[in-house]
Amino acid sequence: MSTPKRALLAASLLLAITAGASLAETPHLGKPIDEAAIANWDISILPDGTGLPKGGGTPAQGAPIFAEKCSACHGDKGKGGEAAAVVSDREIAGISAANKTIKNFWPYATTIFDFIRRAMPFQMPRSLTDDEVYALTAYILAENKLIGANDVMNAETLPKVKMPNRDNFIIRFPDRI
Amino acid sequence: MAKSRDRHGRGQDLQAVAGNGLIDRRALLGRGMLFAGAMSAGVGPAAAGAEPLADDPWSLEVGEPMSPYQVPSKFEGKVKRTLSNPNNEPRNSHARTPHHLLEGATTPNGLHFTINHGGVPTIDPDKHRLVIHGLVKQPLEFSLETLSRYPLTSRVSFLECGGNSAPMFSPEPLQETVQAIHGLVSCAEWTGVKLSTLLEETGIDPKAKWLIAEGADSPHLSRSVPVKKALDDAMIALYQNGERLMPGNGYPMRLLLPGYEGNMNVKFLRRIKLVEQPQLSMYEARTYSQILPSGKAYRFYFLQEVKSFITFPSYGMALKGPVLYEISGVAYSGTGRIEKVMVSADGGQSWAQAALQEPVLSKAFTRFRMPWRWNGGPATLQSRAWDEAGNVQPTRAEFVAVRGELAKPPPVLGFPNQHYNSITSWGVGNGGEVKHVYA
Repeated sequence: MSTPKRALLAASLLLAITAGASLAETPHLGKPIDEAAIANWDISILPDGTGLPKGGGTPAQGAPIFAEKCSACHGDKGKGGEAAAVVSDREIAGISAANKTIKNFWPYATTIFDFIRRAMPFQMPRSLTDDEVYALTAYILAENKLIGANDVMNAETLPKVKMPNRDNFIIRFPDRI
Repeated sequence: MAKSRDRHGRGQDLQAVAGNGLIDRRALLGRGMLFAGAMSAGVGPAAAGAEPLADDPWSLEVGEPMSPYQVPSKFEGKVKRTLSNPNNEPRNSHARTPHHLLEGATTPNGLHFTINHGGVPTIDPDKHRLVIHGLVKQPLEFSLETLSRYPLTSRVSFLECGGNSAPMFSPEPLQETVQAIHGLVSCAEWTGVKLSTLLEETGIDPKAKWLIAEGADSPHLSRSVPVKKALDDAMIALYQNGERLMPGNGYPMRLLLPGYEGNMNVKFLRRIKLVEQPQLSMYEARTYSQILPSGKAYRFYFLQEVKSFITFPSYGMALKGPVLYEISGVAYSGTGRIEKVMVSADGGQSWAQAALQEPVLSKAFTRFRMPWRWNGGPATLQSRAWDEAGNVQPTRAEFVAVRGELAKPPPVLGFPNQHYNSITSWGVGNGGEVKHVYA
């Protein structure tokens, strides 16, 4: 690098420091990536249904999958076992978290799909197809009498399921949001 | 009772500042007073005829070789975390910090609490990736190596599980150690990259109000975090007390949200997605929503509020005689710095201000200490903290009036409810034994 160029660089650096002091320089070492490359990781489902994949399933399709892959921990027909019941008529009485059930507490049916798809079965997460996750979600909702026995759950219908406890929450610190 | 005499008659006047033996915190500092701690309690001054000192065997032989990564003395084997699920059965696992065996304000890495929901993943740091996408101008992918080349920043921060202290929702005091009751909080120095720096590089769509943070563990644990917090003091933590994160604490990288409930500080962080609305993942829609006495429930509690507890003396210990002790404990607040800690030895009838160990840092453990002459009779020890925003730790009665309590005692490892921060009371009996009491 020749001396004049060096002087020019020094001058421009000085200018940057004096003129743009508030604009901190960052390393920019992140590699650009497009959403298509992230798709397999992007498993977030929002309550309005954003993120729900194609496909669908019914309670009848979900029943045998549940018996095979879920009942060992969650009990026959989801009534509870080593892991929590996913089908229950228990009511909230008192402040114990043990009172919480999908039916009496969970505000959005989308959460059921989201959690099964990301975390279940416990020993083999991400092993279910989207259709299987829809079918299991439909089965759990139907056994809880939250949808009809023949209702199909898909990206269209799942966000519309009205969960009984939806409006029973208080945002603790609204100013922190 | 303005003054009292030293038990050994050394003539030191000690200023009593509250009932049942609390002594002015300044009285013992800088006066050359021999401070009898718990270990030396009851040992009198050397007298004529004492056994002459001899060399012990370890002074007469060469010691052991050093180890590349040293571990505590073999005599410290009791200082360990308690495990809820040592056989890694298919459910979550907790490891609790032994506060009653620690001092100072830093939790050693091996003793930092952890909760994992699908075991501790074994992550190859060279293959781990963090992507930031969603409502950004340019989605970006980072490796541990690239993040390590960013400007790093360090801060001391406590981390507390939202369910810490949940045994105190019991209608009667569980006879359990401070480790069992309050062991799901720890404090470390975290070093990493400010999340705001990375978001500056991706750019933020003004529509983004939340981000979803997700881990690379088997449950792909995910939580929604307000962008407001992300731009305030969130960090992608890479180091814990100077070394890379412990596996159970999120190796190779985790989200650090100082002052917010532990579960939101997503470990094994692999993805951040900016969105308009929160996800209402299972952990926020169910687990970390707290049922109130009205039957309604809190959502998005986030904040770990001002709290303190005494670690010495505490349940399970026995005082060895009516001498001078130092009450010691930790205080912290998710809102900021601890302003003061008051201590009572008579169940809250009278209070005295404890000494705070410097430095007093925002959203970090602050060690407090209080000299106390135990008279050998019953005493009920309590601590109560204030933070710089003026928040005060509630009494148990005040807390229960708002948040309720359980109908019957819960299992000590259960999480019947969350965000419990009232005063803890330790009852000292005539024989010096310490119990957990409500007062």
